[in-house]
Amino acid sequence: MLPENIKVILWWTQFLRISMLLEKSIKELASGLKEKKFSSEDLVRECYENIEKLNPVLNVFVTLRDKDEVIKEAREKDKKTPVNSLLYGLPFVIKDSYNTKGIRTTASSKVLETYIPPYNATVYQKLLDAGAILIGKTNMDAWGHGASSENTDFGPVRNPWDNSRVAGGSSGGNAAAIAARMAVFGIGEDTGGSIRNPSGWCNITGLKVTYGRVSRYGCIAYVSSFDTVGPMARTAEDCAIILQVTAGKDPLDATSSPEEVPDYGSRLNGDIKGMTIGMPKECYGEGVDNEIKSLIYKAAEQYAKLGVEIKEISMPMLEYGVPVYYLIGTSETSSNLARYDGIRYGNGRNKFTSETMRRIMLGTYALSAGYYDAYYKKAQQGRTLFIKEYAKAFTQCDAILMPIEPMPATKLGELIGDPVKNMLADIFTCQTPVGIPSLAVPVGFTKSNLPVGMQLLGNMFSEPLLLKLGYFYQKVTDWHKKSNL
Amino acid sequence: MPDFEPVIGLEIHVELKTGSKMFCGCSADYFGHDPNTHCCPVCLGLPGALPVPNRKAVEWCVMLGMALGCTIPEFSKFDRKNYFYPDLPKGYQISQYDQPFCVNGKLKIKEQGTNNKEQREKIIRIRRVHMEEDTGKLLHATVEGKKVSLIDFNRSGVPLVEIVTEPDIRTSEEARIFLKKLHHVVRYLGISDADMEKGSMRLEPNISVKLKTDGNLPPYKVEVKNINSFNFAKKAIDFEINRHIELLSDGIVPKQETRGWEEKKGVTYSQRSKEEAQDYRYFPEPDIPPVRWTKSQISNLKSQICELPDQKIARFMGDYSLSEYDAVVLTDEKETAEYFENVMKQVTKNKGQITAKTIANWIINRKADISKVSSEELIKQISQKSQKATMSDDELGQIVKKVLGANPKAVADYKAGRKNALMFLVGQVMKETKGKVNIEKAGLLLRDLI
Repeated sequence: MLPENIKVILWWTQFLRISMLLEKSIKELASGLKEKKFSSEDLVRECYENIEKLNPVLNVFVTLRDKDEVIKEAREKDKKTPVNSLLYGLPFVIKDSYNTKGIRTTASSKVLETYIPPYNATVYQKLLDAGAILIGKTNMDAWGHGASSENTDFGPVRNPWDNSRVAGGSSGGNAAAIAARMAVFGIGEDTGGSIRNPSGWCNITGLKVTYGRVSRYGCIAYVSSFDTVGPMARTAEDCAIILQVTAGKDPLDATSSPEEVPDYGSRLNGDIKGMTIGMPKECYGEGVDNEIKSLIYKAAEQYAKLGVEIKEISMPMLEYGVPVYYLIGTSETSSNLARYDGIRYGNGRNKFTSETMRRIMLGTYALSAGYYDAYYKKAQQGRTLFIKEYAKAFTQCDAILMPIEPMPATKLGELIGDPVKNMLADIFTCQTPVGIPSLAVPVGFTKSNLPVGMQLLGNMFSEPLLLKLGYFYQKVTDWHKKSNL
Repeated sequence: MPDFEPVIGLEIHVELKTGSKMFCGCSADYFGHDPNTHCCPVCLGLPGALPVPNRKAVEWCVMLGMALGCTIPEFSKFDRKNYFYPDLPKGYQISQYDQPFCVNGKLKIKEQGTNNKEQREKIIRIRRVHMEEDTGKLLHATVEGKKVSLIDFNRSGVPLVEIVTEPDIRTSEEARIFLKKLHHVVRYLGISDADMEKGSMRLEPNISVKLKTDGNLPPYKVEVKNINSFNFAKKAIDFEINRHIELLSDGIVPKQETRGWEEKKGVTYSQRSKEEAQDYRYFPEPDIPPVRWTKSQISNLKSQICELPDQKIARFMGDYSLSEYDAVVLTDEKETAEYFENVMKQVTKNKGQITAKTIANWIINRKADISKVSSEELIKQISQKSQKATMSDDELGQIVKKVLGANPKAVADYKAGRKNALMFLVGQVMKETKGKVNIEKAGLLLRDLI
C-alpha cells in the first residue's frame, strides 16, 4: 500500500512542479497574461509561496517588499491595459546594489543599513516603465566584494541545491531567488564574475553584458570601469528579452555606449552551423575540477553536433587576470567607497566588513605615491595586454568556451575564511578589464548533484551571438529546466 | 645684507557661470540661495550617482586656455583627487592631473616704471589651465545652544577652472598686475563673474625667496590661501617675502607649508605643514571617458573667442588714433568699448565730424552714463555742444577785439599780472557770443591779442 501512496505523492509533486507558472518562459508568461489564462497576481502569489517556504533557509532578501502591497500592485496591473512589453506584470528581483526610490538600498552593508534612496537606478526605472513588478532587493557580497555572498552584513545566502553550500556571488541572492522560483527574473551586476559565478552554482542563465551596454546610473559602484548591469533568468531567451528593455545609451551615464541596440529576440533565430568555438587549453588544466571539465567537454560535443567547430586555442595571459583585476578593482573601490565617510549615511567606516577593509587598504596602497607605477599603472598596462590577448583569440574563433569557476559551489565559510582562495576563484571570470560580454549557461550536475555552468565569451557587443549560442544549446538540453524544489 | 629675490607663482580658481553645474543638471547659480536647494544625487555624491561632464564648461575652459596662449592637447582626461573633507561628498574631487585641457601658455603684463612714464613688459608663463568641480561649503554655527558644523552643498559641483602659472613673478606688484589682467581676460570672455567678494575668483600665491645669485628654484615654497582681493594678494606676498628674508638672513630655510591670510591683522598664519601634506592618490576618473579633440573642434572654439583686451587696445590706438591711456580706459569694460565703437560706427555712417578723441572724452571724462544714454543720444549731445563752438575764428576775433576795446582797465590789470582779469574778459566774450565758443579757445585768443 505504502509504495502506492508514495507513487501518488511523487506524481503530485511532479504535477505541481510542471504546473508551476514560474517554470514557464517569459514569452509563455507574457502570452498567458495577455490571453488571461492566469494573472499577474497568480504569478506574484506563487513567488511569495516559494519565498515563505524557502527564504527562511536561503536568506535571499535584504529587503522583501510587503506581500499585500505587491499583490495590490499586481492586481492593478491586471486591470490596466498592459504597456507593450513582454515584461509587463512579471515579478522580478534586483540586487541590493541598485537604487530604488523609497525602498531601502544597502549593497548588503551595515554602512547603508537604513539608507532609503531618493532616486531610481536607470535599469530599475526601465523595468518599472515596462510594467515589471519588484518583489525585493537581494542579498549579495557587500559592495560586490566577494564571490560567495558570504561577505554580507545580512547573513550568507545559501545554495538552493545544497543548503550547506554558498550560492556564489556577489549576485548570490538573485541567483538563489531565480533557482528557487521566487521571481521570474533578476537584475544582477557583474564586475569580476558576480553574475556568472552564482548563475553557474545555482543552475540559472546569466549574462554579463559588454561594458557600457546597460546604464550603470544608480548602481552602487564597486569598480566603475568594470561594473556591468545584466539579466539573470532561467534561459538565454529570457535574458535576451530582458536585455532588450535594459540596454541602451543613458544621458545620465557618460560611459554608456551609443552603440545601437539590436533586436535580441529576432537575432536568436537562424543558425549556428559553421561557427567556431575556441577552448583555451589553459582553462582545462590542473586546478580545475574534473567533473566540471568533463561536463563542459560534453557541452562542446553538443555544439559539435549542432555543426559548430570546436577548436583548442591558447591564452597564456590568463593567469595574470587575477592580479590585474584585483589591483585596478581595489584601487577604484577604495575611491568609490570614500563617500561613506560617516557623515551622511548614519554609520561610519568601522561598519565595513574585514573583506571590504582589506580591499580598501589594498587599493589605497596601489594608488599611493611611490607605489602607483609599480601597481596601478602596471595593472593598467596588463589590462591593455589582456585586451590584445582576447582580440587575438577572437581572430581564431567566434566565441570562447570556459568554465566559470574551477570548482562547484563551496561550503559555507570555505571562501570567506580564505581571502586568497576567494580571489583566485575568480580566475576565469576576471577578464572584465577587457569589457567583453559573457553568458553563463547550465551544463549539468556533479555526482553530488551540484549544478555546473559554462561561460561563452564573445567580442565587444556580441550579445546577440552569445545569446544565440545559449539559446541553441538550451533547445537541445534541459539542464536549465531543473530545479531542486 | 645679501641680495634676495622672491620667486612667486600663482594658482587661480575661477568659477564658471554656466547654467548648470559641472557634472549634473543643477543650477550653478547658487550664490545667496537657501542651503541645499541646488542639489541632486550627483552633486551630493549619493551612492550610484554618476557624473556627466558639462560640455559648455569644458569648452569655456579650453577657450580661456586659448586666450592665455595655451596649447590644447588633442587628448585629455579627468582624474580623481582623493581626500577626505566634510564638504567633499564623494571623498574625491573630479579634477585633472597629468593631462589637463590646456598647457604652456603665457600672459604679457606691463608694469609702470617708477617715473610713471616708462613701461616694463614681462611675460608670465602659464603652466596649465584645467577643469574641476567646486566643493560644498562648511558653516560653523550654534544651533539650540550647541556648536555645530553645517554643510551646504549648493556650491558642490559648480564648474571651476584652475590656472597655474610658472614661478616667473618676482614682485608683489607683478603679481597684482598679472591677476588684474587675468581677471580682465576672464571677464572679457564672459565665462565668469570673477567676483572675488562672492568667491567666484580665488587667489593662491606660492611664495619663496632665494639669493639673487642662485640660479635654482628655492627648496621650499609657501602657499597662501583665503585671499579675496588683488590688494590683499599683494599684501600677503609682501608679508611673506619679508618673513622669508628675515628667516633666511638668520640662516633658516622657511618651512614648506600652507598659510592663511588674516585680513584684519594683515598677517599670514600657518595652516598645514609639509609633513601633513596629503597624498591625493590621483587616478583616471573611470566614470568619464577621456576627451579627444578633433582639429575642427579646436579651430571652431578658437573662432568663438572674442577680441581680447590687448588686441582691442592695439586696434583702438591704430584705428581711432587714440592715446594708449584712452584705449586702456575705454577697453576696461567690454561694454564701454562696445558702446564707444557703436558711437563711432554711427558717426562714420552719417559722415559726422565728431572725432574719436571727442567721443572718448565724453565717455571717459564727462562720464556719459552708457547704460542710460543711447549712442544716438550721445551723438546729439556732442553735436549740440560742439555747434556752440562753430563760430568762425574771424567772427570770434571781432568779438574779442570788441571786448578788449570796451574793457581797458581789465586789460591793464592783466598786464600788471592779475590773472583774474583774464577770467573777467573771458566771461565778457562768452556773454557776447552767448556761450557759443569754447572757453579755452576764447581765453587763448584773448591772451594772444592782449
